[in-house]
Amino acid sequence: MNTSSPVTRRDFLRVSTIAGGGILLASYVEPLSALERYAPAAGLADPALSAFVRITPDGIVTIMSKNPEVGQGIKTMLPMLIAEELDVDWKNVRVEQAPFDPVKFQSQFAGGSTATPTNWLPMRRVGAAGRAMLVAAAATKMGVPASELTTSLGIVRHAASGKSMTYGELATDAASVPAPELATVKLKDPKDFKIIGSRVKGVDTKAIVTGKPIFGIDVTVPGMLYAMYHKSPVYGAKVASVDLTAIKAMPGVRHAFVVEGNDASGLTGLVPGVAIVADSWWQAKSARAKLDVKWAAHPTSSQGTASFNTQAAVLAKSEPQRSLRKDGDPDAAMSGAKVVNAAYYYPFISHAQLEPMNCTAHFKGDTLEMWAPTQNPAPGRQLVARVLGMKEEAITVNLVRAGGGFGRRLTNDFMVEAAAIAKQVGVPVKLLWTREDDMQHDFYRPAGYHNFSGAVDANGKLVAWKNHFVSFGEGQNFVSSAGINATEFPARFVPNYALGASVMSLGVPTGPLRAPGSNGISFAAQGFIDELAVAAGKDPLQFRLDLLAQEQPVPPPAAGTSGPQPQAGFDGARMRGVLEMLRDVSGWGKTPLPKGTGMGVAFHFSHRGYFAEVVQATVSKAGVLKIDKVWAVGDVGSEIINPSGAEAQVQGSVLDGIGQALAQEVTFANGQAEQSNFNTYRLLRSNQVPPVEVHFKKTTFAPTGIGEPALPPVIPALVNAIYAATGKRIRSIPLSKQDLKWA
Amino acid sequence: MKIQLKVNGQAKALDVPEDMPLLWALRDELGLKGTKFGCGVSQCGACTVHVNGVATRSCATKAAAAQGAEITTIEGLSSDGTHALQRAWDELDVPQCGYCQAGQIMAAAALLAKNAKPTDADIDTAMSRNICRCATYHRIRAAIHRAAEIKSAPASVGAPGAKSPGGVR
Repeated sequence: MNTSSPVTRRDFLRVSTIAGGGILLASYVEPLSALERYAPAAGLADPALSAFVRITPDGIVTIMSKNPEVGQGIKTMLPMLIAEELDVDWKNVRVEQAPFDPVKFQSQFAGGSTATPTNWLPMRRVGAAGRAMLVAAAATKMGVPASELTTSLGIVRHAASGKSMTYGELATDAASVPAPELATVKLKDPKDFKIIGSRVKGVDTKAIVTGKPIFGIDVTVPGMLYAMYHKSPVYGAKVASVDLTAIKAMPGVRHAFVVEGNDASGLTGLVPGVAIVADSWWQAKSARAKLDVKWAAHPTSSQGTASFNTQAAVLAKSEPQRSLRKDGDPDAAMSGAKVVNAAYYYPFISHAQLEPMNCTAHFKGDTLEMWAPTQNPAPGRQLVARVLGMKEEAITVNLVRAGGGFGRRLTNDFMVEAAAIAKQVGVPVKLLWTREDDMQHDFYRPAGYHNFSGAVDANGKLVAWKNHFVSFGEGQNFVSSAGINATEFPARFVPNYALGASVMSLGVPTGPLRAPGSNGISFAAQGFIDELAVAAGKDPLQFRLDLLAQEQPVPPPAAGTSGPQPQAGFDGARMRGVLEMLRDVSGWGKTPLPKGTGMGVAFHFSHRGYFAEVVQATVSKAGVLKIDKVWAVGDVGSEIINPSGAEAQVQGSVLDGIGQALAQEVTFANGQAEQSNFNTYRLLRSNQVPPVEVHFKKTTFAPTGIGEPALPPVIPALVNAIYAATGKRIRSIPLSKQDLKWA
Repeated sequence: MKIQLKVNGQAKALDVPEDMPLLWALRDELGLKGTKFGCGVSQCGACTVHVNGVATRSCATKAAAAQGAEITTIEGLSSDGTHALQRAWDELDVPQCGYCQAGQIMAAAALLAKNAKPTDADIDTAMSRNICRCATYHRIRAAIHRAAEIKSAPASVGAPGAKSPGGVR
């Protein structure tokens, strides 16, 4: 194998020939670690090379997609970035899912809408470097200067002589060209983009519509048995006693045993339970139905939604346990101004991704191979290694397509359960949860209680804002995804601002769910802003534009490498631009609407994306809600890489938010979730779906992600529309528990 | 118990527990993984197959009870993935995660068999038993209309170009 590589330490390309001819481009790509909200720190001293591109003599370009695919479209989008700069015909591109290999691929992670900002430049540079090498090889072959060559659709052309060569013909020669520096390789002018900005179909779509076995649940390993894992409905309770004799005698049952669990990892690790392993999953499930487990007493076994609400009400009446931010003097500013007080509440909700948790594990001597539909394989493997006392390097993790993520698969409890069971039984095992397991052992979006006071002056200007946020945690710490940032809007936009927090203990597992934090906070804050607009006697959209114009400056963003970079904090001017476009496309305020029909507006900044949405809703006098239409406008930077995928993510996010607002709630009693399947936890269905019109406001900032930021504003826009239609202010969701009757 | 099933035109002999749902007989005994498990209680439609042409929740239908019936799964909807619905789903890039889509397509196929030109309301009603957690509902509806078009005009099945089902400007 022939290699040549001018190497810089942190950002370089290596090139090889491949057997049978052709070129292999491998690169080390630096992750933007500051953006990796849930990913572990990389911290790898000497990364090996990741093979991203293979070009064979037949002109077929194979591109590796490194991140887990959970429906966000990353397996299509990341290769588009490489293919664009390589300048190949997308028809000749084949995409393969990379296995989990943090040494080669560094960050392999699906969450936080991070893939676009972290890969926008690195992936394009890999493609551009490859193109430069193919051009250099062509220049030598044709005996002409490289500067006279152009490329298009995988062909290098020399206009003056009329000569041309395909990438396939050039690939082997290109492998001996010195690789250019990735950091300085010339990228296309965006006006020349052919693939970026075009509607590209999902690379797995054909496999999906023909029923190919591509999901985690479809994995089959020869000799495999099927496992169920039965845990206490009270989170983390140990097995006090169980008689497994009868279970072991059930048809098809091969093993039944108690798993002690692993206290050190708490509710995110290996939780105690009973494993049943059988020849078929149905036999394991049938045996489980006969299980009679006595669970040990547990400190959380008498808590529930009612006790949480009672505690929250007590905490709300007291001073906040701690202050998160204070600007000016809100109390002084409120005296003499028009003051509004309101308390908002959102419940626990479940991810309800449609493919139940599953994982296949196979022990072979001292090594373990796993097939895991996970969003976050690195901590999954760490967890398995720690609990089973193995070296991480002895564990291979294959990434398989996941039937929805929404944040649920950032926590890898299912991986450690499968591994622990497989270790005990010594043959390959597929663990599959039931829907009931899934809904009762989620890492829930935590409930939140926001206690607001705000004041507007005689000119209708917001002068003071206070929020006492009551949530879950211990001492100074919130539980996962139950926190709030001190920068939360309208911080920096109102001169007198106070954000305080109080927490109560939880003992229920929680975790990030699509637009974590934002998905609840936006409802509360943008609902309350609507109340302040009414108090100010202003149009709700204009009130927001005025508020966004009151921005206090923040330090300038760090210098970018290519044009202006999106700042980590909130940029009021960008949101104003989005709101103004939304006002125009939605026809806000242009058409008089009859009583019972109204438009509501809201905006939210999350995951570097700026979104504002208008909902038009009609409520009958009897209180029946119909959502007429949603308009969504987003600013995620200068390019929409795949408009088909981006539109799908926005529409999906908007409908996800509507589904949450309409009917979704997990309640607890006796320490356990009361909902267990889709008959009591109701997801949005086809007959509830309004049209969702999507617009993107292109700006000069580098592109950012789109899996999450369109979700948060639709919920407050909906409740604000209900107010406009009926005069009823909704401060608690889901709407299924609200009386919307009006007269 | 020993049973005989006719799946996608082929006779299959199985030995399964008496109460095993058709879903698990298809997936784990016959290796037809296209039909998916979502809820186990006829709520989500991911397991939809055709039993004598009727869209049926295979998670709540005993395999033994399906003996003698013509069972069609997503793998048998067409021999080469060119059923009008499969083509329309591909043209309009319907799937996000894709997990529910086999069930959606089978439900849509049963609808089109009864109603060659369904309206939006027909579709929304008929498809309301199938959950898409990613909420690809706009494209599902558009793809069913597109499939109806393909079926009614087999000679002119050219791709419709960059359609934007929910409306993107």
